[in-house]
Amino acid sequence: MKPFTTLTAVAAPFEMANVDTDRIIPVRFLRKLRSEKAGYDPYLFHDMRFDGAGRENPDFVLNQAPYRKAGILVAGANFGCGSSREGAVYALLDWGIRAVIAPSFGDIHYANELQNGMLPVTLPEEICRGLRDQLRAKPGATLAIDLPAQTVTDTLGDSHPFMIDPVYKERLLKGLDDIGLVLEQLPAIENYEDSYHAQRPWLA
Amino acid sequence: MTAPRTLFAKIWDAHVIMQKPDGDALIHIDRNFVHEGSFHAFGALAKEGRKVRKPRQNFAVADHYVPTVNRDQGLAAVEDDDARHMIGLLEENCRTNGIVHYGMADARQGIVHVIGPELGITQPGLTITCGDSHTSTHGALGAYAFGTGASQLKQILATQCLWLKRPKTLHVTVSGKLAPGVTGKDVVLAIIAKIGTAGATGHVIEFAGAAIRGLTIEGRLTVCNMAIEAGGRAGMIAPDDKVYEYLHGREFAPKGVDWDAALKQWRALPTDDGASFDREVTLDGAALEPMLTWGTSPEEALPVTGRVPDPATLGDANKRDHAKLALAYMDLKPGTPLTDIRIDRAFIGSCTNGRIEDLRAAAAVLKGRKAVIPAWISPGSTPLKAQAEAEGLDRIFIEAGVEWRASGCSSCAAMNGDKVPPGMRSASTSNRNFEGRQGKGARTHLMSPAMAAAAIVTGRVTDVRTLMQER
Repeated sequence: MKPFTTLTAVAAPFEMANVDTDRIIPVRFLRKLRSEKAGYDPYLFHDMRFDGAGRENPDFVLNQAPYRKAGILVAGANFGCGSSREGAVYALLDWGIRAVIAPSFGDIHYANELQNGMLPVTLPEEICRGLRDQLRAKPGATLAIDLPAQTVTDTLGDSHPFMIDPVYKERLLKGLDDIGLVLEQLPAIENYEDSYHAQRPWLA
Repeated sequence: MTAPRTLFAKIWDAHVIMQKPDGDALIHIDRNFVHEGSFHAFGALAKEGRKVRKPRQNFAVADHYVPTVNRDQGLAAVEDDDARHMIGLLEENCRTNGIVHYGMADARQGIVHVIGPELGITQPGLTITCGDSHTSTHGALGAYAFGTGASQLKQILATQCLWLKRPKTLHVTVSGKLAPGVTGKDVVLAIIAKIGTAGATGHVIEFAGAAIRGLTIEGRLTVCNMAIEAGGRAGMIAPDDKVYEYLHGREFAPKGVDWDAALKQWRALPTDDGASFDREVTLDGAALEPMLTWGTSPEEALPVTGRVPDPATLGDANKRDHAKLALAYMDLKPGTPLTDIRIDRAFIGSCTNGRIEDLRAAAAVLKGRKAVIPAWISPGSTPLKAQAEAEGLDRIFIEAGVEWRASGCSSCAAMNGDKVPPGMRSASTSNRNFEGRQGKGARTHLMSPAMAAAAIVTGRVTDVRTLMQER
């Protein structure tokens, strides 16, 4: 997993609350294989980005020139609610988004972002709204995210501290693989399983 | 004397392999389910040269991509190349890894969240995972069950455990007795309408109260199924005699002395008197009416006697903005009585409402009446299909002009091609009314099986209680 430390990137304002993962990637694309050559970027927000004939919708934020290189989304509350599909994260990442700033996230999607080296930043509703206002006023402006310092610096140079669990932070900073971390504990796991299943032999 | 604990706390505590000072706990996973969509996780596992560590604690079933028509013609007849490949790939991955697999032609096949309880794989006190958000369903039998993405699924396959943060707890108490025509679906839609789709984010919901205890196992499964639509990490209900009677004798349920030992452990699971929750929410169950959604989020739901709301009257700015978009997508005008909404087609089935009680409820409305719109019913599992046919329900459906199909996820996520055409308005017993969920441009109204059946025979949103009175 690619470590995440700091990111200064064009940020796109995404004016919508409750963005569900069906919206981030419609279900019909989840069957696609994902490889280095064929990423999930064409499917990101597909039915908002394109009309029925496959033409770009000029009103959609990521189709507008200043935001085509966005690396950060600033969204509304409850971003990524709904389906557990990790394809939503693949689509965001492959398109170029490495961090989403929102007042809150769907739990499963939040975990999925972390598992793929993306940073979900939780900031209060009014700060997210303020950031989106700034980004609309200066299309193509960048935000700077500093994970070690846990801050987002806005277009005016003001810095907003954010909270993240120290465990998640460390994993992102180091790009750690969870399976490796778990298997280091194999003796303890086997001990636990032996005693747990001794009392519940029908579950072994 | 230990401090009083919640059902959730008891299950969590029993599954902690180790606790780190920073708050992360390594949690043992009793049961993990995989389906066709799990190919990303299997692929990544193989790429890393890893094997499934505990194959016997994993179960596989083909449900998301299986066709619901022409099933007797087998895999080779599946027209969709990608779907056929994925269904075959699941079988291959399970063979390679020694995982029990219920394929398209297996007599035990069905929707993962239906067959888990049906086969007795789901039991009280267990931790259960699946790469599907509706895994919360299994909590209805008193388990801690939650969905994961592909990366966490891969970890579970490789290790049979998961690093987790302990979630908070939300106690939702539904008091009183439900009125006739009001079902588990109406209860959970009312809860989501009250607390919102992010209302339980970060929390495990325990549903309690007389109205919940009064529900059948099927009704409880429906309620827990949609815990995720309230943002909940999981939904759960304390196990009781109804659960034990339901599980007794099922294929994977403990037998003989094991049954007695299990029962003793299960009876100790319900939340202790005096245990505290992080949050409490209460609803008066007796006041609930049949519900349906009018918008594009499960929280945009109202009693069938209501009217399409005016977004301007909604208090919260986010809700107002969402409602405006929703009404445009749904092509609805504020103030329209919900019962004036025309319905073009209907779907009865899914992990939310594809169980025997749901099929019986639909049959009770459809019996002796005729469908005026295209509609199909997909039972939650192949064994349920056989049971419904033994009860003669299939004949009622067919005589009413409703298609009786094979079991799968079907039109809930429309992955298998069972789509609702653009612009069409669908009465659906599934769990999500998101834009495009049932097909691009599809307009979904979520409701109970009885309410969907009422829409089938009238071609509009109909208060099923009016049809019940005609009998």
